[in-house]
Amino acid sequence: MRLLEVEDLTVRFGDSTVVAGVRLSLGAGERLGLIGESGSGKTLTALAVAGLLPPGAAVTGSVRFEGSELLGRRERAIAPLRGAGIGFVFQEPLTALNPLMRIGAQIGEPLRIHRGLSRRAARGAAAELAARVGLPDPERIVRAYPHQLSGGQRQRVGIAIAIAARPALIVADEPTTALDVTVQAEILRLLTALVEEEGSALLFISHDLAVVAQVSRRLAVMRAGRVVEEGPTLDVLRDPREPYTRQLVAAARATSWNPQETPS
Amino acid sequence: MTGAFRSLVRSRSGLLGLALSAVVVAATLVSLVWTPYDPGAVDPRASWAPVSGAHWFGADRLGRDLFSLVLAGARTTLLVSLAATVVAAVTGTLLAAAAAVTPGWVRAAVGYGIDVLIAFPTLLLAMVLVAVHGASTLTAVLAIGLGEGFFVARVMRAEMTRVLAADYVLAARAGGAGTWRILYAHVLPNALPTLTVLLSLVMAIAVLAEAALSYLGYGVPSSTPTWGRMLHDLQTQLTIRPQVLVWPGLAIVATVLGFNLLGDGLRDAGDPKARRT
Ligand SMILES: Nc1ncnc2c1ncn2[C@@H]1O[C@H](COP(=O)(O)OP(=O)(O)OP(=O)(O)O)[C@@H](O)[C@H]1O
Ligand SMILES: [Mg+2]
Repeated sequence: MRLLEVEDLTVRFGDSTVVAGVRLSLGAGERLGLIGESGSGKTLTALAVAGLLPPGAAVTGSVRFEGSELLGRRERAIAPLRGAGIGFVFQEPLTALNPLMRIGAQIGEPLRIHRGLSRRAARGAAAELAARVGLPDPERIVRAYPHQLSGGQRQRVGIAIAIAARPALIVADEPTTALDVTVQAEILRLLTALVEEEGSALLFISHDLAVVAQVSRRLAVMRAGRVVEEGPTLDVLRDPREPYTRQLVAAARATSWNPQETPS
Repeated sequence: MTGAFRSLVRSRSGLLGLALSAVVVAATLVSLVWTPYDPGAVDPRASWAPVSGAHWFGADRLGRDLFSLVLAGARTTLLVSLAATVVAAVTGTLLAAAAAVTPGWVRAAVGYGIDVLIAFPTLLLAMVLVAVHGASTLTAVLAIGLGEGFFVARVMRAEMTRVLAADYVLAARAGGAGTWRILYAHVLPNALPTLTVLLSLVMAIAVLAEAALSYLGYGVPSSTPTWGRMLHDLQTQLTIRPQVLVWPGLAIVATVLGFNLLGDGLRDAGDPKARRT
């Protein structure tokens, strides 16, 4: 049994089809990079997996997580899975944090929801998680508000929230796009290290080939709502079959990056 | 909250709002135990007595002490406006939340309901309530509270819809938060600044509405002194001795201004970004 099996996933807004028959599969502990240009449907695919699509979206197909079908489940039946089975890291670390809630309460929220921890116990656990994601002075930082943190620190908080309830799958939707390059590298290292430690699977979304190649050995390329190419990262990079993938590789080369250096 | 209080006191307008509101509250409390004269006591010898040591604000035609009337009026004003604001806050927030988070046709129905109800003037509502229950303080509170409640509901529905669309709400749902947690932990705190300002406005409007209802005889019983009734009783003097109208007028203006400034100050004080730590 695969951890996550997405088949023929289709998302429509009125009569525009924005995700068209996507098929993805992830085993426990595996990593998959999902790449594609802006507007190709990566985020909607990720949200559809956990039933988080915005109102107005009509979704068909199949999403099986740990063997059971999620599509068509009622909100009440799918909410227990969010955070505990599937954790999310979002693109914009500032807007994804509640500006009026202390960092500790936000990191501890999944634990309060899924483990029934008291406010106090959750704050203690939040400080430990803050330390795990490399935040300085965790005891102090759990009492801070999001605006008092740097962009990189905020994304560390985002990662702490995603791993708090120890989900078997982590979905990271362009977690480094909003950060500057040096911080990007740190966050990538942190994310991959934690996923490794936890033994979670990772669905890593990006529009940057160089970034995806650092994270995962398997890659799916999306374009206009479809997965146009899928396979081991190195194969796709060395011998891109789709013209669109060739463009991506050429663009990555142009920024002086060499696929041969990719860790395998 | 101590940080919030400190920043409220530090802002000049917040401090003024706090001071004015405190004066109204103090006047109300004092009036419960002491007024210079019985506010209802008629004294023909003091008819239109000028401002003096005996009558600080002067006296009206019946010789009732205006200072005592203003003090006693604060009681009604504060009671009615506070109670009406609580009614408005509760009905408004509940309706807005129902309109913002319920699915499909319920949302639409509640939305239309609010739009229809808001078209009913408070006065009309009061007349209906008076026809059914008779004029009383409770009638005034319910009429003003419900009338303003629909107004609060409409503004808060838009505000909650805005907050619900925020990334952090999606992030909270992605962490497993259900509708209730989303509402009380994320939507309400982030909509609170708007609610605070709105309620200070509602409280100020309630002061005026109570005055208007008393003036028309739909408000509190006529034996109860209120600033609105004072204005009504004294209005014939506008051209003859306008100074007597100054006192209830000043009391209303100071209270309305105080509540508004306090609301603005509280909004800023509740914002951790504006607050110095
Ligand atoms: N609420 C919505 N209503 C209508 N169309 C939408 C909505 N959300 C997204 N879309 C459309 O769906 C398509 C896919 O959007 P999606 O956010 O999945 O793209 P993406 O691949 O994540 O892009 P990016 O790299 O910019 O994040 C886009 O064309 C977008 O315009
Ligand atoms: Mg996206």
